[in-house]
Amino acid sequence: MATETAADAAGHAAEAAHGSGGLPQLDFATWPSQIFWLAVAMVVLYYLMSRIALPRISETLEERADAIADDLDKADEFRRRAAEAEKAYEQALADARAKAQAIAAEARAEIQAQVDEALARADAEISARTAESEKRIREIRDEAAAAVVAVATDTAGALIDAILPEAQNAKAVAAAVKARA
Amino acid sequence: MAAANGEESFIHPMDQFVIKPLFGGGEVQLLSITNSTLWMAISVLAITALTVWGTSGRALVPTRVQSVAELLYGFVRQMVEEVAGEGSMKYFPYIFTLFAFILFSNMLGMIPGSFTPTAHIAVTATLALAVFITVTVIGFLRHGTHFLTFFWPKEAPGWLRPVLCVIELISYFVRPVSHSIRLGANMLAGHAVLKVFAGLFAMVIAGGLGPMAVVPLAAMVGLTAFEFLVAFIQAYVFAILTCVYLHDALHMH
Repeated sequence: MATETAADAAGHAAEAAHGSGGLPQLDFATWPSQIFWLAVAMVVLYYLMSRIALPRISETLEERADAIADDLDKADEFRRRAAEAEKAYEQALADARAKAQAIAAEARAEIQAQVDEALARADAEISARTAESEKRIREIRDEAAAAVVAVATDTAGALIDAILPEAQNAKAVAAAVKARA
Repeated sequence: MAAANGEESFIHPMDQFVIKPLFGGGEVQLLSITNSTLWMAISVLAITALTVWGTSGRALVPTRVQSVAELLYGFVRQMVEEVAGEGSMKYFPYIFTLFAFILFSNMLGMIPGSFTPTAHIAVTATLALAVFITVTVIGFLRHGTHFLTFFWPKEAPGWLRPVLCVIELISYFVRPVSHSIRLGANMLAGHAVLKVFAGLFAMVIAGGLGPMAVVPLAAMVGLTAFEFLVAFIQAYVFAILTCVYLHDALHMH
């Protein structure tokens, strides 16, 4: 901006020299220089871009994309392995649970068998003792019945002796007691 | 026009576009190093610094400069792939060069006191004409004389075809004109308007109306932001139209 006055002077000089309407854009005397240097700039820039900058950026981006793809592949691999490990763990857990259940069932069956056996033994003992007790009760009852017949015979014999001593007949008394027992 | 306003005028909006030799003064010769030459060289150097020096590390995790270069590369590459279509990657360096050069010239032109080579129709016309010739040559090399059917609308009713053909031809040859003037005129107008408001600001101050100077100042701030947008948009438009023309030459609609 500071050089504006100098520029003004040069500009006005140029305008005066060429008599153009004032627009510096239409001062055709400057066109060859502008076009020449534009061509130089474009050729230099095109060379630098197409030979150095763009291939380099393209390679860098490709390398980055490759690196990212590699990392993603690795992550996938790790995820797959983790899933496998989890599956194996679940399997082991299920196996262990099944085994535990089997062992528990076995133990239960064994205990049941022991309990059944003990019950059977107890039943047998009880019925044996019951039979013995019944037998003794019968013996006692028979003995008592026999004792009653003997007492009755004796009593009847004594009675007959006292009332009718001449009609003493032990055999007839025993038969009569037996008939009324 | 500045001369007509007299010595005391503050408004010389076109003076910023004057091309003057940096060494020796006098007439501008073909090989004269001018302010335009200087700023073209600065653009080339800046682009080289960004895309060659900035990417020399080839870092897997990019540095800031490298990621800007990669962003620029990706932006242009995607544009070429999407707009110009199949078989256009061969011309990617050409379009990248065009886009980078125009973008950097436009942006560097926003530095106060700098010069904008792309505000000159000589520059934009050369670039547009180069695109026009390149694209036309590609069209003929790829399709031979069959490329001429590009101008013959087969879908139109018979009697309309010659008329449409003339229109197609005109519109084809107008392409470099609109292509170059769009860019050049946008840059010219933006810079000129900024300068007008700057001159207005100086005039208000010199006229002793101090506080009123806020109005042109505010306008300048807003316009400067707008000009940055225009600087980018026009580079983008130039590059994308180049891609569109290239697509026409490669695929014929």
